[in-house]
Amino acid sequence: MATVTLKPTKTPEIMLEGYSITPDAFAGKTPAQIAALPAHEGKIHVTLGDFFAVTGESGATAADTNILIAGDCSRVKYIGSKMTAGTVTLNGNADMYVGGWMKGGKIHVKGNVDSFCGIQMEGGELLVDGNAGNHVGCAYRGDWRGMKGGTIRIRGSAGNDIGTFMLGGTIIIEKDAFIHVSTHAEGGTVIIKGDVEGRVGGQMVKGDMYVLGKIKFMMPGYQKVGTIEKEVDGVTATFDHYIGDLGERHGKSRGQIVYANLYLKAAA
Amino acid sequence: MPKLIKGVGCPYCGSSCDDLEVLVSDDETKVLEVHNACIIGNNLFHHANDPTRPRLPRQRQPDGSMKEIPYEEAIDWMAKTMLAAKKPLIYGFGSTNCEGMSAVGRIAEKSGAVLDNCATICHGPSFLAIFDNGYPSCTLGEAKNRADVVVFWGCNPMHAHPRHTSRYSIFPRGYFTQKGQMQRTVLSIDPRETDTAKLADVHLMLDQGHDYELFDAFRTVLRGHDIPEVVAGIPREKIKESVEIMKKAKFCMIFFGMGCTHTDGRNHNVDIAISLTRDLNEHTKASIMAMRGHYNIAGPGQVWSWQFGFPYCIDLSKGTHAHMNPGETSSVDLAMRDEVDCFVNVGADAGAHFPIQAVQHLKKHPFITVDPNFCMASEIADLHIPVRIAGVDEPGVVYRMDNVPIQFKAVLKGLPGVPSDEELFDRVYERMCELTKTAPVWLAAKEDRKYPHSPQVVS
Repeated sequence: MATVTLKPTKTPEIMLEGYSITPDAFAGKTPAQIAALPAHEGKIHVTLGDFFAVTGESGATAADTNILIAGDCSRVKYIGSKMTAGTVTLNGNADMYVGGWMKGGKIHVKGNVDSFCGIQMEGGELLVDGNAGNHVGCAYRGDWRGMKGGTIRIRGSAGNDIGTFMLGGTIIIEKDAFIHVSTHAEGGTVIIKGDVEGRVGGQMVKGDMYVLGKIKFMMPGYQKVGTIEKEVDGVTATFDHYIGDLGERHGKSRGQIVYANLYLKAAA
Repeated sequence: MPKLIKGVGCPYCGSSCDDLEVLVSDDETKVLEVHNACIIGNNLFHHANDPTRPRLPRQRQPDGSMKEIPYEEAIDWMAKTMLAAKKPLIYGFGSTNCEGMSAVGRIAEKSGAVLDNCATICHGPSFLAIFDNGYPSCTLGEAKNRADVVVFWGCNPMHAHPRHTSRYSIFPRGYFTQKGQMQRTVLSIDPRETDTAKLADVHLMLDQGHDYELFDAFRTVLRGHDIPEVVAGIPREKIKESVEIMKKAKFCMIFFGMGCTHTDGRNHNVDIAISLTRDLNEHTKASIMAMRGHYNIAGPGQVWSWQFGFPYCIDLSKGTHAHMNPGETSSVDLAMRDEVDCFVNVGADAGAHFPIQAVQHLKKHPFITVDPNFCMASEIADLHIPVRIAGVDEPGVVYRMDNVPIQFKAVLKGLPGVPSDEELFDRVYERMCELTKTAPVWLAAKEDRKYPHSPQVVS
């Protein structure tokens, strides 16, 4: 495994679109070649070298390439988007689309990320130590096939639209979330360890949600069917089991209607 | 002899009334009387009589004052400023014609701009919901002729669309609705007791920001399941009664407004309203329509979808393809995140309608306003370019709220020397082509060009 280190040298005036910052683009290239990779600042064609000092070496393939970004990227979009293998470690914040359309590998952001992280994700692992903005692991506008696989773990809290149109994979929010969890989802698992304001599982067809805190406003289309003891992400607890969204269409499996499941931690 | 012009379109709200009659002076320079219009539409025509209307562009001077400059100079400055910017933002187009919207698309392309319209602070979320969930809609004529149950969800047409209720939704007698209001049951879903709510047979005064939960309750009841005793502050029985009214309708028409699109959840509120409409069609006929605000705000959606594939928030900065993702490429977000370095405001008033912080960010960079009148955006601008008033002294195509195109007439002769939006943008495009030494292919291809400026560049 070889590591390429990017050190931010300049803050972009307009947001930098760093769509080349992926192990796939870096693999098999010298630091000079990496510095010459394209990026956009508004309509201006720039290179990564205009904003980063590139050192280290890349591996022969994406899987052998680690990228370490030693600094803040609050104004850099698309870090690790569409990557298929390798790792990206960022010692700071990132802007939008971190790990968007990602297929494999691992991204670790040690600060916060803005909206649309893990959008349309298909595989791999995305770990954020801070907070995330809105639209974590959701679908691109108008696409009814959202996140299909992989794991997103946000150690802080997240905004609205978590896992919209989700089909598979896992999203874990370790603190609170705002509204719209798994809206329109047809699969996948969302675990929220803190509180949620409301709209959990609206228009949801299939899939699982776990809420370990409280839901302030429950969706009227969910009905309690029992209590169950479960282990979720290392926590064992008693959950109230709800099914829904009863207002939405649902398919059948072996003659039984399949509903989405909401497991809400039972009051002690 | 004053002239009476009939069949005039009204350039005010999304109802785009096309039955106005305007009495103009002999020389077609003054509006004398306006018949059939609401009070706002009436005033709009009389505004054109204002002798203080700007006739020349005004540029901000180093001492902060505004100085009148010739159009050539303004066009040159606008072209140069937009070409120099890394990411210009062009916003507005609620109140201009489709010809202008089409012409501005070429400037946006040329300058790598983000092209956005008032939907971004209005019915943009409805577009997102329509992308996600479809749009089982109809025309206003169908609503008038068929609807016997009309639901106003988060909208107040009595104030925002004054003639909507009398032309299309509550009072008119249609083919299957010959008894007019007597035959229609009106539901209003609004946290306030608006004048539309006062007119309604049933008013559900829900808790503000809980439309999504209430829609879900409607859908759950419609599928025969039970719901909690109170949802969004409305008792279960009242929800069941309302669902029954909608289910038993011959044709249920849902109109929705800002109450859905600009409370928490935004597109999801409209999304679930569309799902409800689809569910209702299992029982009866139902349709849904966005109460678009301006007379031609549906226009940019149509024109730019045709040109670029997206209705609003179109980022053309790559030069090779359009990218659209509201939240990132929407005007207010771009401004708040300091992501643009030039702002062009056309036929809308960003100065009055944007959050103050967004305007403060935009004001760090060149700020250009194209507007027939003085407005807040023109008064804070670095350059204000006056144009003709579409629908009053400039004809053009407009799209009504139900996406029906209507040809609007001009009732007055335009102010001498003042161009229309289309002419202005064509000239800016032409100047941009001169500056970048490229052929103005778009103008050369334009057969009905109204403003032959410098013929030598048509190559």
